[in-house]
Amino acid sequence: MSASAVFILDVKGKPLISRNYKGDVAMSKIEHFMPLLVQREEEGALAPLLSYGQVHFLWIKHSNLYLVATTSKNANASLVYSFLYKTIEVFCEYFKELEEESIRDNFVIVYELLDELMDFGFPQTTDSKILQEYITQQSNKLETGKSRVPPTVTNAVSWRSEGIKYKKNEVFIDVIESVNLLVNANGSVLLSEIVGTIKLKVFLSGMPELRLGLNDRVLFELTGLSGGKNKSVELEDVKFHQCVRLSRFDNDRTISFIPPDGDFELMSYRLSTQVKPLIWIESVIEKFSHSRVEIMVKAKGQFKKQSVANSVEISVPVPSDADSPRFKTSVGSAKYVPERNVVIWSIKSFPGGKEYLMRAHFGLPSVEKEEVEGRPPIGVKFEIPYFTVSGIQVRYMKIIEKSGYQALPWVRYITQSGDYQLRTS
Amino acid sequence: MTDSKYFTTTKKGEIFELKAELNSDKKEKKKEAVKKVIASMTVGKDVSALFPDVVNCMQTDNLELKKLVYLYLMNYAKSQPDMAIMAVNTFVKDCEDPNPLIRALAVRTMGCIRVDKITEYLCEPLRKCLKDEDPYVRKTAAVCVAKLHDINAQLVEDQGFLDTLKDLISDSNPMVVANAVAALSEIAESHPSSNLLDLNPQSINKLLTALNECTEWGQIFILDCLANYTPKDDREAQSICERVTPRLSHANSAVVLSAVKVLMKFMEMLSKDLDYYGTLLKKLAPPLVTLLSAEPELQYVALRNINLIVQKRPEILKHEMKVFFVKYNDPIYVKLEKLDIMIRLASQANIAQVLAELKEYATEVDVDFVRKAVRAIGRCAIKVEQSAERCVSTLLDLIQTKVNYVVQEAIVVIKDIFRKYPNKYESVIATLCENLDSLDEPEARAAMIWIVGEYAERIDNADELLESFLEGFHDESTQVQLQLLTGIVKLFLKKPTETQELVQQVLSLATQDSDNPDLRDRGYIYWRLLSTDPVAAKEVVLAEKPLISEETDLIEPTLLDELICYIGTLASVYHKPPSAFVEGGRGVVHKSLPPRTASSESAESPETAPAGAPPGEQPDVIPAQGDLLGDLLNLDLGPPVSGPPLTTSSVQMGAVDLLGGGLDSLIGGTNFVAPPTAAVPASLGAPISSGLSDLFDLTSGVGTLSGSYVAPKAVWLPAMKAKGLEISGTFTRQVGSISMDLQLTNKALQVMTDFAIQFNRNSFGLAPAAPLQVHAPLSPNQTVEISLPLSTVGSVMKMEPLNNLQVAVKNNIDVFYFSTLYPLHILFVEDGKMDRQMFLATWKDIPNENEAQFQIRDCPLNAEAASSKLQSSNIFTVAKRNVEGQDMLYQSLKLTNGIWVLAELRIQPGNPSCTVRAPAPTLRPWSLPLVLVEDAVQASLQAWLEPESVRSLKRTFLESFHIHPVRLPR
Repeated sequence: MSASAVFILDVKGKPLISRNYKGDVAMSKIEHFMPLLVQREEEGALAPLLSYGQVHFLWIKHSNLYLVATTSKNANASLVYSFLYKTIEVFCEYFKELEEESIRDNFVIVYELLDELMDFGFPQTTDSKILQEYITQQSNKLETGKSRVPPTVTNAVSWRSEGIKYKKNEVFIDVIESVNLLVNANGSVLLSEIVGTIKLKVFLSGMPELRLGLNDRVLFELTGLSGGKNKSVELEDVKFHQCVRLSRFDNDRTISFIPPDGDFELMSYRLSTQVKPLIWIESVIEKFSHSRVEIMVKAKGQFKKQSVANSVEISVPVPSDADSPRFKTSVGSAKYVPERNVVIWSIKSFPGGKEYLMRAHFGLPSVEKEEVEGRPPIGVKFEIPYFTVSGIQVRYMKIIEKSGYQALPWVRYITQSGDYQLRTS
Repeated sequence: MTDSKYFTTTKKGEIFELKAELNSDKKEKKKEAVKKVIASMTVGKDVSALFPDVVNCMQTDNLELKKLVYLYLMNYAKSQPDMAIMAVNTFVKDCEDPNPLIRALAVRTMGCIRVDKITEYLCEPLRKCLKDEDPYVRKTAAVCVAKLHDINAQLVEDQGFLDTLKDLISDSNPMVVANAVAALSEIAESHPSSNLLDLNPQSINKLLTALNECTEWGQIFILDCLANYTPKDDREAQSICERVTPRLSHANSAVVLSAVKVLMKFMEMLSKDLDYYGTLLKKLAPPLVTLLSAEPELQYVALRNINLIVQKRPEILKHEMKVFFVKYNDPIYVKLEKLDIMIRLASQANIAQVLAELKEYATEVDVDFVRKAVRAIGRCAIKVEQSAERCVSTLLDLIQTKVNYVVQEAIVVIKDIFRKYPNKYESVIATLCENLDSLDEPEARAAMIWIVGEYAERIDNADELLESFLEGFHDESTQVQLQLLTGIVKLFLKKPTETQELVQQVLSLATQDSDNPDLRDRGYIYWRLLSTDPVAAKEVVLAEKPLISEETDLIEPTLLDELICYIGTLASVYHKPPSAFVEGGRGVVHKSLPPRTASSESAESPETAPAGAPPGEQPDVIPAQGDLLGDLLNLDLGPPVSGPPLTTSSVQMGAVDLLGGGLDSLIGGTNFVAPPTAAVPASLGAPISSGLSDLFDLTSGVGTLSGSYVAPKAVWLPAMKAKGLEISGTFTRQVGSISMDLQLTNKALQVMTDFAIQFNRNSFGLAPAAPLQVHAPLSPNQTVEISLPLSTVGSVMKMEPLNNLQVAVKNNIDVFYFSTLYPLHILFVEDGKMDRQMFLATWKDIPNENEAQFQIRDCPLNAEAASSKLQSSNIFTVAKRNVEGQDMLYQSLKLTNGIWVLAELRIQPGNPSCTVRAPAPTLRPWSLPLVLVEDAVQASLQAWLEPESVRSLKRTFLESFHIHPVRLPR
């Protein structure tokens, strides 16, 4: 059904640590993994799923490590990949960074976690906050022999422990929208979507019941709020954290939940409504073989005049053999980053409606190099605070706890660039 | 302070030192020593010598130390089974520890110690833990049952753990329920016959309730388990779907995909007219699109699955083309999959955009991606006729880039475009010819040669062009050689005067100087054709070619249905059924989609054709690069033959299979063995015993019936056609296994050895389940009897007649081919008894045209006798009733590939008649000739009735019927 064993390998394919869950695949089979990976890479047929005879390797890479699951059955592949990513998440929460060194430094805990995360190939408890309650880093804590299974592990509410107390009860809500954009070389928008996430930082005592109200169009239509002044947003696909009662949402679009403690992502949503690209780029890249490259980039802020985009970074591709850069910008500064073969034009603050210009000039060697280069797109990064492209709004956050305390919700909105690419010709 | 210090000790005498430390009195030192041992184990050093010393540390109240010792045990117990027993006591004790964490730890570790000797000691502790008050212990114990079952299934069954596990499905704690479901599913998967997961509406309801409460992983276990259930009707299917759809909003992609699996499967049962059907379709698209923003590996799994979903139900994502546009930083495996889906979604409405994208991709750097993009342009041309012209001009633009591999790919796809739209774009040939010299890949060369040969009359210098290839004939790959041979023959037939020399040259190169039997055979055929009857040659070689269809690389519908049941798993990523890559394919149950069964009486229009494959039309699929050999043969020699080539060592006969259908018109079947029928109709004149005495006969006989009717052996391969090897045989089915009983006789003068057998693809996927075992060499005049077990998991290809089986037998002398017909009833499976409700619902749904009737004469059986006789051939009585003095029997049978046939048997005194219906709608354009069913019914009834010598299969109703089969759940 799932993984037979899980390995963590170093960048050369040497196992750092492993756990055999089912015993139906010989642990020595992992030796074939790296040669196979290299071979496939050379053939240009690399995929996240490799097979060697009857053994299948499902792998992901994280910094300088490979996480590999083996199986000889028709395992649930999506479950395995999801689990591997979750494992990384848990390790990162425990060790901050997950890399060769942190595995070695914490091998006892890694073994303990691997034992708790999965049993016989079935993922078990993977919530790091809960795990931290009974698998602790300070080994001396354990010696008291007091450690018990927190009831939370097997509770229906498996993400929040009882008895949490705060002096001041607060919830911070961050509504973050990322704009993904793909524009082709002749300037027409191929794909424009908004991926929003609502992140919560919860400092609440006890077992509070929360209800979040959004200006969700479907909800407005259900409750007759639509029309008039109420602007609503049509969410195309919504994904929720484990804690949200999905059937309730399916029934009446109510987002109700008992939150985990601290930081977590409550929900994400997607909208593919066409919006005007927030920062529009026009570029002319003229390449004169054997002599020079001339780049002209025009950036335009196509959002409300009151808003300001911060930390704008426009990266423009240049040939890898370019040299002697010269720049001229109407605002901000430009920098050549040879290791990435780009010019980065940074603008600290970019008000809506404004238009800026950058020119760059590079020399090219007279001897042309042989390999053909791809045509990487122009990428843009930015952040626009106090603003959501979709127009989504938190209408209310109701917090009910049996002790009846008053809690304050705080809301912040921000729009930022996601995968924002403009192809060059 | 970090653990890394434990790795540093590498000096000599380390083991000895560790031993001393492990036996130290100081707790702290002991723990340090165990950590060092584990560190050594982690880096792969063998520390098994310390086994007794480490186990001695097991009894400790330090949890961390205990965990480490347990870990050590799991690793080394197998290599030290005798000493592992030392650990048993501690396990038993730990399972009673007041701390549930320790109880669970003990029960979890116990199951991981795969030592047979100690398993029995673990039963008692496990039993207690399964009833533990703490859910954390219970959920761990549930998994332990699956572990133990894996080591010793019998023990687990004897101890009644399976029943306890089933009880846990009703546990109050959702996590326990989830683990119990997971454990049961795991056990059921390795023991498909066990019927462990006895799913019924009540248990399904429990699972659906638990679904709302358990962890994300538990939700996946439950959804995967639900996917194995078959609702009894569309109402139940809909209500389950309604409760599963909220899962589509889960943040975990794996939960979403498992939910999609359940929905895609149960949707099959819903009528397309239902409003709910449309609602569900609409609900599926957004989550599938969102999966594309997951991590790249999950994206890859999602894309491979979307590829299946798009083939099954193209309507779901037809408006979502844009999200599959490739991004610069996508990993290559994601890019290639997106491209594939883009082509599947291409339609007249979006073709302009798709083409613009493809053109963009074709100028990228990554060679594989560029090639695929160019190929995709060709596929668009073939798929969307309106776009063909634009595609061709795009391809011409690309050829102008002179990038070598782009040009070659373009030429390969242009060849397909020519085939799809003959006489339309030939003006581009001149441009193609300009690039002749730059072609260095066999596929591109072969394609170019095909084009030159096909349009020889329009290319002035066609002879020169082809001649230029001829110079290095022997250095070319087979596909180029074959194509060149055909191309020049075409040229000759079109321009006979100036090319006579050329054709002789190529024929002699192919027949005299080549070692390749395919090439030689084709050369000889052309030679003989040209020398005996040039007119016929022209008709054959220049025959009009069948059009290639628009859909490309479609997955065969039965396989597609099976793969839909495996959404999210490796099978869905490989696009192969699990039996193809999981060891011991026998243990794998083939899954299939449920049929549509309506609970209401609403009149429904006959279901429209399934995605992409209109009924009655098998799509020709443009083969992938590797299959070109087969394709080239098809191009010129008639209908598709796609069987895998059998051994080609025999010159005279080896080619027959390869060239298949195309050849019989050429050589008049002289090389074919006339297919002997399995049962030869004989006239019958035996006296019929009275019904009463027969009944008595039957009662005495019933106990001994162990299988279905077996026809006497018939000669399949006469000795004169097989260099002295005579093969006769018959087919039997006994308790679920099919076998081919063969009798091999050596009538030659030399000893025969090295026997092997192989089947061509056939309608029901029959294939030898074991190699042909002839233990000793077969001396002259010796005969051996062999029972060859058969499986039905081989590749499937429709044969004509349906029950035709082509067999190749090899020995040290040669390879021989013959074909035979097998009786259909060997394919009737033991679980062919349909549920009464289902029977009723299905029967009503079957359109009249799927119905056939025939009479069985001279069958003085009463209802009971007939029923039990039929049952011995796995034709089951579902219900019986009496109408106006006549007994009516309602029978069902199921074929190995899941096709059901339902029958009504009316028994009038002395005149039984049988109405056979097979359920509609059709899922694939297959028809099952009723005659075969009739034969099987008659054979089963009469085999017991008449003396063996006069066993006969009489057909009172000779017309052949086509009844449409359908897949029902197993």
